Amino acid sequence: MEQKTPVLGHVHSVESFGLVDGPGVRFVIFLQGCHMRCQFCHNPDTWKTEGGDARTADELLRQALRYKPYWKGEGGITVSGGEPLLQLDFMLELFRKAKEAGVSTVIDTAGQPFTREEPFFSKFEELMRYTDLVMLDIKEMNPARHKTLTGHNNDNILELARYLDSIGKPVWIRHVLVPERSDFDEDLDALGAFVKTLSNVERVEVLPYHTLGIAKWQKLGFDYPLDGIQPPTRERVENAERRIGAQKSDAPTQAEQELPERVKGC
Amino acid sequence: MTKFEQWQGFKGRLWQEEINTRDFIQNNYTPYDGDESFLADPTEATNKLWGALQALQKEERAKGGVLDMDTHVVSSITSHGPGYIDESMKDLEKVVGLQTDKPLKRAFMPFGGIRMAEEACETYGYKADPELHKIFTEYHKTHNQGVFDAYTPEMRAVRKNKIITGLPDTYGRGRIVGDYRRVALYGIDFLMEKKAEDFANCGDGTMTDDVIRQREEISMQYKALGEMKKMAASYGFDISKPAKNAREAFQWLYFGYLAAIKTQNGAAMSVGRVSTFLDIYIQRDLDNGTLTETEAQELVDHMVMKFRMVKFARIPSYNELFSGDPVWATLDIAGKGVDGRSMVTKNDFRFLHTLENMGPSPEPNLTVLYSSQLPEAFKRYAAAISVRTSSIQYENDDVMRVVWGDDYAICCCVSATQTGKEMQFFGARANLAKCLLYAMNGGIDVKTRAQVGPAIRKITSEYLDYDEVIKNYDFMMEWLAKVYVNTLNLIHYMHDKYYYEAAEMALIDTDVRRTFATGIAGFSHVVDSLSAIKYAKVKPIRDEDNMIVDFETEGDFPRYGNDDDRADDIAVWLLKTFLDKIKKCHTYRNSEPTTSILTITSNVVYGKATGSLPDGRKAGEPLSPGANPSYGAEKNGLLASLNSLTKLPYEWALDGISNTQTINPDALGHSEPEQVTNLVNVLDGYFDQGAHHLNVNVFGKEKLIDAMEHPEKEEYANFTIRVSGYAVKFIDLTREQQMDVISRTCHTTL
Repeated sequence: MEQKTPVLGHVHSVESFGLVDGPGVRFVIFLQGCHMRCQFCHNPDTWKTEGGDARTADELLRQALRYKPYWKGEGGITVSGGEPLLQLDFMLELFRKAKEAGVSTVIDTAGQPFTREEPFFSKFEELMRYTDLVMLDIKEMNPARHKTLTGHNNDNILELARYLDSIGKPVWIRHVLVPERSDFDEDLDALGAFVKTLSNVERVEVLPYHTLGIAKWQKLGFDYPLDGIQPPTRERVENAERRIGAQKSDAPTQAEQELPERVKGC
Repeated sequence: MTKFEQWQGFKGRLWQEEINTRDFIQNNYTPYDGDESFLADPTEATNKLWGALQALQKEERAKGGVLDMDTHVVSSITSHGPGYIDESMKDLEKVVGLQTDKPLKRAFMPFGGIRMAEEACETYGYKADPELHKIFTEYHKTHNQGVFDAYTPEMRAVRKNKIITGLPDTYGRGRIVGDYRRVALYGIDFLMEKKAEDFANCGDGTMTDDVIRQREEISMQYKALGEMKKMAASYGFDISKPAKNAREAFQWLYFGYLAAIKTQNGAAMSVGRVSTFLDIYIQRDLDNGTLTETEAQELVDHMVMKFRMVKFARIPSYNELFSGDPVWATLDIAGKGVDGRSMVTKNDFRFLHTLENMGPSPEPNLTVLYSSQLPEAFKRYAAAISVRTSSIQYENDDVMRVVWGDDYAICCCVSATQTGKEMQFFGARANLAKCLLYAMNGGIDVKTRAQVGPAIRKITSEYLDYDEVIKNYDFMMEWLAKVYVNTLNLIHYMHDKYYYEAAEMALIDTDVRRTFATGIAGFSHVVDSLSAIKYAKVKPIRDEDNMIVDFETEGDFPRYGNDDDRADDIAVWLLKTFLDKIKKCHTYRNSEPTTSILTITSNVVYGKATGSLPDGRKAGEPLSPGANPSYGAEKNGLLASLNSLTKLPYEWALDGISNTQTINPDALGHSEPEQVTNLVNVLDGYFDQGAHHLNVNVFGKEKLIDAMEHPEKEEYANFTIRVSGYAVKFIDLTREQQMDVISRTCHTTL
């Protein structure tokens, strides 16, 4: 019998205690590699597609299952990044096995690799069969601003949202609110209108931009493109929440609370 | 069979035939699985009294930490007349009684050691009466003097070189929890009658040391009970008979505790498991229509206010060990019965609710005896109180109940004892990290250069060899365990002789079970250091005297705190190995040896005395507290760290395994209900896997930094945080300890 070589995932890091990465307590796997170059990215160290620890799905799942006692029905695993959709073969293997083990699966994606072209699309279709929830970041509705902010177009990202709607896949839409970059009333309204056309959206979240990623940019020797831009005010956050129809968050913005060092593994 | 009219309506039989508080509780408590909506706000009296007490606390802080001290009167059960929070409002106090005649005035307690009592006075600008000096040096010996009269040179050396630290040879050993509930349930006369019976039945006439000592001790207990009656009478209460209603039950019980804190300045003076017991009295009165919920909450608030006032005169070196003026007035709530019923009553909610009615506070050290099977509404309420106040700790009832039954209490920060049936010989801790350095340096202390341990051959290899290090370490631990236990044997002999806890022991069965509580400091650093030696290449750096003073470690190695068995197996091995060595030794009064992995805030002091280690920790840096993984070691988040802790068998560390974690509110969830759900899931998952203890803090680092820089801000006056095994007001910590806490505050994810 042919012995299949397991697909290896390139893993940047793992976090056993993810509480804002999908429902409940979650084991978060950060994959290495992303093509987007978001100016506000707080994990620029995950951009490079090479590097990271090569891990098998079995290994990661075994590690994740160590935390099952904390999940209590709600929790499970979330794959974030980096961009998980850049490692589709690995994702397929991981999520298929996770579902076999009865584990809840969430993908945290910016959607950039999405295309209806093959071989991507068929694989993605299959991946969705093993995926319980997609957390989709929509960075900007305005195509030009999206391009400036991330280096990529947004048409295929919006297409992904529509596709997920067509198959009825539960989605959380997230929007990172960056003053001067992604905080324009007309675009927020457009996002709100777009979300209204979708019937599969369970939650809409506004994530206020914070400056805690700066240290990582400096460490990597990159110039920080948002130098001088401050986190949004509570008013602007509430404005955005209203316009895109997001849940109100109780969490104080960085401007209000002088945020802690929210760095993993500190 | 005795019958008191005060027992009307109570069920059960055994507790009426013998002193058996547990049997009374099990026959009479009302489990509650509802939510917190029944709780009452503070009364006007509570607000007034709490306001007055806060003003006093502010004044105390302004005066450098001590408001007033007694310098003339030696504290005893009856040494002081009645005292009140505020004389003009004394009628508002539903539970009365102070340690001295004035609020927050610290008593003079010389029996542990006269020099320490005097030094405590001098530290705060007071001068003890010279006559007292004469009495306690020329006419009467103290515990401290007794210990130093008998110490061997080796014991002095291990103490001086701080491989054993925090020994109760200069202060009261504490950790003995009287069953204060007995005062309420039985009244003093009945308790005296029972002790008189025990006295008559003590020995068969052959006067062995044991019998003589026990006869003397029972007499002292009997006398203490009589004094409790007198003390209560000075406040206008007759406690010779059982309490007839809730208010009396609260008051009687508190008088029992007050007798203890008037006579002993132990490091830990815990209250015990009183909540379910007191609920029985409240419930009877509520059913009779003689008490309202508001009045019930008032009783709880007023009693808790008293526990918030407990203070002792301490010396600076004590404060370095146990920072922030703690007394471990530990009070336990919740838990389950051996019959499977939840022991959560409405009163367990009321005690938590004091943190809302009167704000956060470090004392009493509120401890939730946790099980994932406790009622959901209670678990959620406790978690919500954690999120709001960071003032409570959790201990795993499912692992403790198996060992101690369902009427144990926490007698210090995390250690369990059966209430009324057991006492403990508290033994501080041995620094196993320092011991590892002794093992490499031939028993010579790298800091003091004294030959403290046995002069075994130094390790001379260029790179450390795991097997060679382990062989030396095993030998050195064997030596340390022996000198450690013998030092404690001597200390407890003298403590029994010169500073016997008559008041507490009067409320414990005469035929008492004794445990002997040793402890480990530097745990995570030893584990990581051994792991480094095993999995990486460790090159010792030697100085001109051929002493290993530092290490260079090449390559990566697994660290404790990542749920990695390679490191965690070493942790389990270390615990078991040390415990086995302790168990080999003879222990005083045939007590049962246990060990712990908890350090309180003394991790800072221990660290100062410890040289550089192979895990990368540099000389003088604080050790990580308790069983916490080392700072910076946790690479996979909180749950990975917790999972490492769950591997340490509680059965091998029956004195407790303390773990303190801080979670950023943002990282815990977007809203309070979400945060509560997540915290409950964490607690369930952690304790279902057999872990022992968790201190939960919910705040960000920025709040700590701001509090350190601006302690004068009103919002920080009562800002309470959990440290290793207790809670403190953050602004009361030394700056060094504040920095240590800040550097460890990090469970947040991006």
